Amino acid sequence: MSYVPPHDPFAADEFAARERAIDVVVDESMASQAGVLWSPDAAIIEHKGTWQEVWERFRKDKFAVMGLVVIAILVFVAITAPWIAPHDPTAQYDDGLTMQGMPVGSSSKFLLGTDTLGRDLLSRLMYGARVSLVIGIMANGLALILGVIFGLTAGFFRGSTETAVMRATDVMMAFPIYLLAVALVSVLKPSLWILIFVIGFVYWTPMTRVIHGEVLSIREKEFVAAARLTGCSNGRILYRHILPHLVAPIIVYTSLGIATTVLFEATLSYIGLGVQPPTPSWGQMIADGQNYYLSAPHLVIYPGLCIMLTVLAFNLVGDGLRDAFDPQQRRR
Amino acid sequence: MSTASAAVPDATDTVGLANGDNLVTIDDLVVHFPITSGIVFRHKIGAVRAVDGVSFTVKRGETLGLVGESGCGKSTTGKAILHLEKPTGGHVLYEGADLAHLSGRALRRQRRRMQMIFQDPYASLNSRMTIADIVGEPLLVHKLYPRGGRNQRVRELLELVGINPNTLNRYPHEFSGGQRQRIGVARALAVEPNFIVCDEPISALDVSIRAQIINLLQRLQGEFGLTYLFIAHDLSVVRHISDRIAVMYLGRIVELAENAVLYGAPMHPYTQALLSAVPIPDPEVEEKRRAVVLRGDVPSPADPPPGCHFHTRCPVMEEGLCDVEVPRLREVRPGHWASCHLVADTSYPHIRAGEDDCAEVEA
Repeated sequence: MSYVPPHDPFAADEFAARERAIDVVVDESMASQAGVLWSPDAAIIEHKGTWQEVWERFRKDKFAVMGLVVIAILVFVAITAPWIAPHDPTAQYDDGLTMQGMPVGSSSKFLLGTDTLGRDLLSRLMYGARVSLVIGIMANGLALILGVIFGLTAGFFRGSTETAVMRATDVMMAFPIYLLAVALVSVLKPSLWILIFVIGFVYWTPMTRVIHGEVLSIREKEFVAAARLTGCSNGRILYRHILPHLVAPIIVYTSLGIATTVLFEATLSYIGLGVQPPTPSWGQMIADGQNYYLSAPHLVIYPGLCIMLTVLAFNLVGDGLRDAFDPQQRRR
Repeated sequence: MSTASAAVPDATDTVGLANGDNLVTIDDLVVHFPITSGIVFRHKIGAVRAVDGVSFTVKRGETLGLVGESGCGKSTTGKAILHLEKPTGGHVLYEGADLAHLSGRALRRQRRRMQMIFQDPYASLNSRMTIADIVGEPLLVHKLYPRGGRNQRVRELLELVGINPNTLNRYPHEFSGGQRQRIGVARALAVEPNFIVCDEPISALDVSIRAQIINLLQRLQGEFGLTYLFIAHDLSVVRHISDRIAVMYLGRIVELAENAVLYGAPMHPYTQALLSAVPIPDPEVEEKRRAVVLRGDVPSPADPPPGCHFHTRCPVMEEGLCDVEVPRLREVRPGHWASCHLVADTSYPHIRAGEDDCAEVEA
């Protein structure tokens, strides 16, 4: 029986014709190629992956690609520092200081000069990248894990769980986080792992809020209702249906978060609560060199540049990823 | 409603249960959405009465149309029947078993028998899953087929709804609206349900595609003996597909009858006004015809009027009766249910368009 609207003499033929067509194929768009497409031994039609599309859009953003290159170089330097650094970063060289005990400028032996103790600045910068990146990535990873777990449970289960988690987030956000971090680090003895823990702990709130907001909107979508009807358990709905939709915000906010975390580590190191000497860290190098900024400005400029470049690179990549994941929200 | 907390009702009490083989029985279903206030100490200050005491039965193998204007609670009713929306009160009996007592695993198992086809084919398919994953998930969750057979079954299902099975590795965004709706149908069919709630399955589709989906649904009904609850606001489509039709107004059912009876001789004043609004695609008839215009707007479901919900707009409203007493949905004639104080088995008020097109009683 075909669908004919009542009292419509014109529509009847058209609908009848379409009904006949339905028995064979479905959409008009398919009809012409039906013979080829429907044969069972035709190759399974492959799709173009989401990641490929994201990469193609990302690639068009020149600044983001530049940021990615900078990050790649940084990571390469950090990993290979023991092999490519010209000197031992903790060794104090006799010829690294002038007769008056002042740091020397750049020379063929010390490419970027030396610091106040006669150590090679370039080598220290290279090793400093390790500290910055390790803390940036690990602390952010911790914040990410906490944020996703809290945000997912709060957004999905609602009710009292949501109230508890989100009010705790509000309280955390109301804290001056630098003060909190300084207090925590001074109570616990500063070390690499303590730093990672503290920075991760004070930074889980923004991620929680972002994830919570996303989950609130996703859980109301019809495909979640459909999954529930299908018989999926809560765990399966969270993992298979909601989490994949959070990949974009997670990646974007992680890359932006790394920039903040690198800066945070530099700040803590600058006030002497970061990684302890003699391990080199950019923030601590600026602190050590600032008394000599007139006679030896390179002591401040180079680590400052490193921090700036790293933060800028991660921010550019984060922005680029945000645009690439969400073409509708492009600002250009 | 008063009986919301009552135990499973006496079966003979329920609307229409006497007439043969009932697959789904909805008894005094109530869905209220609380309106809350306060940030830390949340408290209820009111409720949107989306569904306010709805009772009807769906017979095995039939298509029951559920019509009403936007916001009258028809979609919420459909969702509450499947427990996607937790009912505030009332019962949904599937083959005599109450769903309200089920939760977790048992509810999930029961849901195998009841599925839904959603309104928006763009929102109802997970855009991060391939077609094979979407249609195959029900099979996986219910462990219906062994690993190898599952893929074969997915191909069968896709072919059944008219989708090229070779496209199963594609993502939803690579399909048109009509094709997506077919995929949604395939997913619903995967668990071999008996009862499917079609929640406005064609209103988001292009007009030229609607007939295809309607025909597909009818073909599948014939092939698998499916029972449909067909929710829609397109009266001509409902007329085409339904065996019986229920009309909803502001959270309640006002009239329920066989298709031909309802369209031929609607009894409830609201149904009469509603049906007069259906355009007739014949210019000569259309020119002479006049739609009945009801006075005022639909009252807010957060603060529905007392008595009959329709009395604020009803041209035959009787003071002291309609605005005080809630009319019961009763069987006025065999198989014809209406909830109006003024409808009797022999007579009922006839509504027509008056001078200013507003509804008035025919003398």
